[in-house]
Amino acid sequence: MSLQPDIALSPEQDDLSAAVIARAVTGRKLSALAATEAALARIARHDPILNCFTDVTAERARAKARAVDAAVAAGKNPGPLAGVPFAVKNLFDVQGLSTRAGSKINRELPPSPRDATLIERLEAAGAVLVGALNMGEYAYDFTGENVHDGPSRNPHDLTRMTGGSSGGSGGAVGGGLVPLALGSDTNGSIRVPSSFCGIFGLKPTYGRLSRARSFPFVASFDHLGPFARHVEDLALAYDAMQGPDVEDAACTIRVAEPVSGLLAQDIGGLRIAIAGGYFQKNLFPEAIEAVAQVAKALGATRTVEIPEAVRARAAGFVITAAEGASLHLDRLRRRPQDFEPVVRDRLLAGALIPAALVDRAQKFRRWYRARVLELFQSVDVIIAPATPCVAPKLGQASFVLDGVETPVRANIGIHTQPISFIGLPVVAVPVPLEPMPIGVQIIAAPWREDIALRVAYALEREGVAAAPRPRGL
Amino acid sequence: MLTSNTTDLLDEYVDAVAKVLGLPIDDAWKPAVRANLEQLLRLARLVDEFALPDGTEPASVFAA
Repeated sequence: MSLQPDIALSPEQDDLSAAVIARAVTGRKLSALAATEAALARIARHDPILNCFTDVTAERARAKARAVDAAVAAGKNPGPLAGVPFAVKNLFDVQGLSTRAGSKINRELPPSPRDATLIERLEAAGAVLVGALNMGEYAYDFTGENVHDGPSRNPHDLTRMTGGSSGGSGGAVGGGLVPLALGSDTNGSIRVPSSFCGIFGLKPTYGRLSRARSFPFVASFDHLGPFARHVEDLALAYDAMQGPDVEDAACTIRVAEPVSGLLAQDIGGLRIAIAGGYFQKNLFPEAIEAVAQVAKALGATRTVEIPEAVRARAAGFVITAAEGASLHLDRLRRRPQDFEPVVRDRLLAGALIPAALVDRAQKFRRWYRARVLELFQSVDVIIAPATPCVAPKLGQASFVLDGVETPVRANIGIHTQPISFIGLPVVAVPVPLEPMPIGVQIIAAPWREDIALRVAYALEREGVAAAPRPRGL
Repeated sequence: MLTSNTTDLLDEYVDAVAKVLGLPIDDAWKPAVRANLEQLLRLARLVDEFALPDGTEPASVFAA
């Protein structure tokens, strides 16, 4: 295969987007193997510090990259993500690896016989899996810390959290180790690491992307989705992963609705509002500034009140603890000492909640969903903070929100939980403030990922949202 | 409706329900488990006190 010399990828080039790599591979200007080796070299260089990867699947990646290069050489279409290195949170099944889900207990599971559906779909589009990523234990986490594997570290300040629970996903993309990663979001675990690590993240509509062969947490709220440094890359990955899957009971039967070709559509006609009330409280100045910058860029002046957001978060908290406890009940009986203590203690408490209260929380969820959907009759997009603050210090136990000393761990997701509670699609966009970036949620009505992504794309083109180069490396 | 003195009974409740469920809770973990349960019940109370019509369906996702 002959390569054009005008793009020479080297391990130092950590800023090539997935779209640029795919176009270069398809156009024979770059080999998939070279792109893969570059990613592996960046991982070898930076991951001993960042601690984002728990497994590096180097030989598998090289074999896949060679197959992509062979397809290109044979004149075949290698797919829209040809040669794009990516990694996945370690709750995705990866053939040949035990799906540890951030735990000590699960690493004793037999190796997975088959990849998760989303990995299969990304690789069918030409992408190259290079490894599995660190995460908070069993995804019950907003910090990215993990007592078994150590914390993943923020690429902009190594003394700070990546955010959780998809901390390795945030750090790996924020640090430029890979241009694309997958994670999960139950109460904020895509949007929080996106905010803290200064990258774009898509939490699609509940049920949009298959969760088949991923380790669950809370069946009512679990979502999977991509992280990237550019909106175009989010869209490419999202398009490749859409589609029904009978192996996930919650996965929609809607046909795929590709968005990549829609990103540049004018957003002038969209009705964009700022979330008021609950979403303007419990914020540090940087979060207020980030929302203000995004609102100004979008010309948004109207404020809408999302009704009963406090109760929505409360109900989400209760359902999370109860369903999480149900999932882990037998492990809590047999091996409670092998859990991370903070996770175990929350799950044990979740096992003790009376069923009637959990049922009421699910009934409230139905009520709340109807009220919020009414809002979308008069707005297309709602913008809200993604996190109350920039990434806290590793190990930080508390922060002061609206004058009250508050536990960090339980409250980082205070602004994300009322949104995922009813499965709305959200793009977290990074505002590159100094010295640390912070994210803003671009929220749309169910199944309108296209709208959230178009707004994010416009913000990126204006330079209001951008993934900053890693400042801590 | 949960009552405001519910927390006074929590230690007994934790011991009894954990026993019924067969959950071993080490004495050293009990303060943290109790604190988490108190938080959950406080949040559940917020939901519990919100009046809903009797016909409200839970937001289940299963469809046969």
